[in-house]
Amino acid sequence: MDLVVSDLCVARGGLTVLEGVSFRLTSGHALILRGPNGLGKTTLLRTLAGLQPAVSGSISMAAESLAYGAHADGLKGALTVEENLGFWAALHGTATVADAMKHMNLSDLRARRAANLSAGQKRRLGLARLLVTGRPIWVLDEPTVSLDTASVALFGAVLRGHLGQGGMAVIATHIDLGLPEAAVLDLTPFKAQHPLSAATGGFDEAF
Amino acid sequence: MRALLIRDLRLAFRSGGGFGLGLAFFLLVAVLVPLGVGPQGSTLALIAPGILWVGALLACLLSLDRIFALDFEDGSLDLLTTSPIPLEGMVAVKALAHWLVTGLPLTVCAPVLGVLLNLPASGYVWLVLSLGLGTPALSVIGAFGAALTVGVKRGGLLLSLLVLPLYVPTLIFGAEVVKRGALGMEVATPLMLLAGITLGASAMLPFASAAAIRITLR
Repeated sequence: MDLVVSDLCVARGGLTVLEGVSFRLTSGHALILRGPNGLGKTTLLRTLAGLQPAVSGSISMAAESLAYGAHADGLKGALTVEENLGFWAALHGTATVADAMKHMNLSDLRARRAANLSAGQKRRLGLARLLVTGRPIWVLDEPTVSLDTASVALFGAVLRGHLGQGGMAVIATHIDLGLPEAAVLDLTPFKAQHPLSAATGGFDEAF
Repeated sequence: MRALLIRDLRLAFRSGGGFGLGLAFFLLVAVLVPLGVGPQGSTLALIAPGILWVGALLACLLSLDRIFALDFEDGSLDLLTTSPIPLEGMVAVKALAHWLVTGLPLTVCAPVLGVLLNLPASGYVWLVLSLGLGTPALSVIGAFGAALTVGVKRGGLLLSLLVLPLYVPTLIFGAEVVKRGALGMEVATPLMLLAGITLGASAMLPFASAAAIRITLR
């Protein structure tokens, strides 16, 4: 099922940041989101992931089909690479830990505790988590932060493999992922014109 | 959900996981109170039920802020929220994990500490039974408090203030069971009220906790 976003308006801290965002993503395609810092890329991705409600507009996709990759990798330092991945695999009911480690070049590190990994290795582990979710739509927020060139290429290959199997990806990034075929959406024109007119959420006063 | 339980237990038992913190605190209370109060057996026997329950309650309180705060800080909470298990189920599993690493060990060790406080022999059964019935309520209520304060930096103080009043009924009925049991009196009423608090809290609070987490994450 396609990911269809129509006339979406998202808010952060009670202020609308983006409005009128519309796009349609079909199976096997990727969409790259671009825009300057603070424009609302992360807010848009969190809204897509269902972590916060949209102010207006609609998002339509198959249920339980989205895997979110945030700035933070959600790793537990006390667990090994294999245990970290194994947890997410068990949670999603898949069993592809060995494959995921091979694809992200983590097999040699499988018994290493996540606390002892370098920043780039942690990121690779965080990205390997996407593979074990078994979900078709990847929503990624700056996936290449702290990755070296070789790892970016590795991730590009994984991403292409995912798209080749009919997956989809929405990626906010500033660098070239080596996906020339991916559509690029510049979010700058969707910047909210009157941010102060946003409907403040009822809970923002309390928190 | 079993995967989440196994992960939480594994994290608790690994270094820095905090297992044993509550137990050590409980032990300290039970060792220090007789030293402070003095060696009169009759006085100790009188206060033993209350001290043991207060000690267990405070020991539980110590580790509450870890339930969600650690997952919030490293981003796991976002990812757990987008995972296939419902948030309500996740909260319930985390409260269960908290009980398994604090409430259950406290219940098991309480009789040994009862000896230190000269608890009458007839009270031991009721001590274990009341702690076994009551500590799950402490974990579930505590998880609710932790969910409310998860986004607050160093919310430990706020968490204690929110949770302590909610702990009072459990403490009153729990200590009452032990007190009455030790004196050989009828314990059915406080025991049933204690069980009622645990069942009611376990049935309702996971939904409230999940709602609190959703608001924090947005």
